[in-house]
Amino acid sequence: MQVQSMFFKRTASEKLNDALLQRNMANLKSKFVDGRARAITEIEDWEEIRTHAAALRDRTIANLDAYLVEFERNATRRGARVHWAQTAADACRIAVEIAQANGVRKVTKSKSMVSEEVNLNERLEEAGIQVVETDLGEYILQLAQEPPSHIVAPAIHKSKEQVADLFEAAHHKPRSTDIPALTQEAREALREHFLTADMGISGANFVIAETGTTLTVTNEGNADMVTTVPRIHCVITGIEKVIPTLEDFATLIRLLPRSAIGQGIANYLTLTTGVKGEGDLDGPEQTHVILVDAGRTRLVGSDMQAMLRCIRCGACMNHCPVYQNVGGHAYGWVYPGPMGSVLTPVYVGIENAGDLPNAATFCGECQVVCPVKIPLPDLMRKLREQQFETKQRPFGERLALNAWAFMARRPRLYAAFTRIASRIGAWMGGRDKLIHSLPGIDGWTKGRDMPAPAGKTFRELYRERRPSPQPSRKGEGA
Amino acid sequence: MSARDNILGRIRKAQGRSGTEPTAAELAQVRADIARRAPGPIPAIGRASDLQRQFTHACDRVGTSHGEVASLEDVPAEARRYLDANALEPRLVGWHELAGLDWTSAGIALEDRPARGSDRASVTTCFCAIAETGTLLLLSSPATPKATALLPETHVCVASKSRLVPNMEAAFALLRAERGEPPRATWFVSGPSRTADIEQTLVIGAHGPYRVHVILVP
Repeated sequence: MQVQSMFFKRTASEKLNDALLQRNMANLKSKFVDGRARAITEIEDWEEIRTHAAALRDRTIANLDAYLVEFERNATRRGARVHWAQTAADACRIAVEIAQANGVRKVTKSKSMVSEEVNLNERLEEAGIQVVETDLGEYILQLAQEPPSHIVAPAIHKSKEQVADLFEAAHHKPRSTDIPALTQEAREALREHFLTADMGISGANFVIAETGTTLTVTNEGNADMVTTVPRIHCVITGIEKVIPTLEDFATLIRLLPRSAIGQGIANYLTLTTGVKGEGDLDGPEQTHVILVDAGRTRLVGSDMQAMLRCIRCGACMNHCPVYQNVGGHAYGWVYPGPMGSVLTPVYVGIENAGDLPNAATFCGECQVVCPVKIPLPDLMRKLREQQFETKQRPFGERLALNAWAFMARRPRLYAAFTRIASRIGAWMGGRDKLIHSLPGIDGWTKGRDMPAPAGKTFRELYRERRPSPQPSRKGEGA
Repeated sequence: MSARDNILGRIRKAQGRSGTEPTAAELAQVRADIARRAPGPIPAIGRASDLQRQFTHACDRVGTSHGEVASLEDVPAEARRYLDANALEPRLVGWHELAGLDWTSAGIALEDRPARGSDRASVTTCFCAIAETGTLLLLSSPATPKATALLPETHVCVASKSRLVPNMEAAFALLRAERGEPPRATWFVSGPSRTADIEQTLVIGAHGPYRVHVILVP
């Protein structure tokens, strides 16, 4: 996917004024936020499991090379072929080569965010290979020729009327806006593709070092089709997805669907290991696993390393007040929300990420709901610092921050300045105590009024109200 | 240098280690860590004393219906009852191990072959069932093709009460003890296929079965 993150500010304002999007995003809170809150109460010690999961992810990342080699050894022993891709282009080249070497004409795909990252569909289509997305949300977006706007619910920004229009054009059947009927229509259209595809491409939620297994978590069962019916199965996944054992999967799966959509368990947990066995009646003759770096090794050993724990549940975006209002497309790349505001700068370059590290209120909710305890606000703060230090923020902003830093180190000057500023602010607030415009820094007041300061600084008020330790000195500071 | 060497080398360099391959000692340490197979915390729902009660309760939550019979011989009759109750044709495609039951007396035409896209209902067994989440664990083999549990709209699954395990960790322990390793397809089914991709509205029956019915046998 082309990076558009530098246009965040502009796109975000467009999205805020998009009435249809605003209506479509309204489901997010009731379904995902409330759903998660309910689902985690089923587990008496959610925190204990989060802590264990964060530690197991950290332990694996600390020995990432050895776990990957162990995964490779076991997957190879079971008959899979493991490929290593340093870049997005390499990952696509490998997949296209596998397809071409086997005369593949049609590919069915289950949802893979890594494939979105590397633009795999485009590269396959350029090579003359038909690609069919089979996750209902991804299928809708393929028809709409749009990128996903959420990592779990990719078409969350679409209304049923919009889906009905797309299906009418693609399926040439009478238009229906009935959601079960639309789902049935997609099932029928996709069933044919499932049964006739030469190659299935899936992502992997995790890969297991112990057994050489790759696995997907779905509710639709589309990954089961994609990994069972075609004669070739190709997995494309990031190198950080490796976990040590099946037991570790058992721990993580208690967290993933609950955090993602408030479901105690996903309908299908699909573990695939090696190739079709002797005498097996279904399953692929060839299995390929493409392990993709594409920026991930840059996080290893860095102060952003905790981001590699991410299990792609989407809870951070579901709970983010910024995401809830602007939706996923405003973020301009594959990963939206707080996790995207961290991953995009790291994967595609901080110079291409524009305002993403600032697309946060720092309310901290993302860190609270993260099943593997990624300190997302801290990571965004570090990226802000990097942007500031490398002069990637606008001159005016840097000047203002430098001026503030100068004063903040000089308490008397700071006190004097804030005393004057709070009085001016109070005067500007007028009778309704709201500042309607701030010349020069109108970003604060363009979309809303700014509450005026009280006219006195905190320190002044503190001194006035503090009970004096010695009554004789009362009133001295007034 | 290969892509593999470059990636492993970059990881190692970032962690203050040299070379492009983990050392024997590092690999040994990782294998020892794997061999411990340390389980994480298991919640109370995964430690139920009454496994059947927790299992059926969890099945209700995920939308898997369930029945219970006194012996394996009674499975065809229960399957017939279920098919009739859902106004489905008495026709099943099934896994070989179930072909020996007397389906004819129950008025069911059972075909002992893997399912095709046009089959409406199937019957399989499962390797074990997990009480915590109402989950069926199925394993592929020459006699247990995955397509049979996946393609038809209705999936009837025979589960033995003696193979109810409390949680996924116990299911994996059983898998290791009896099979050594996971076979090509090792899959967990918790209820019928579903999607909420259009306006977050739940619809049952996306790509897999619309209905999953478990028949518990002793």
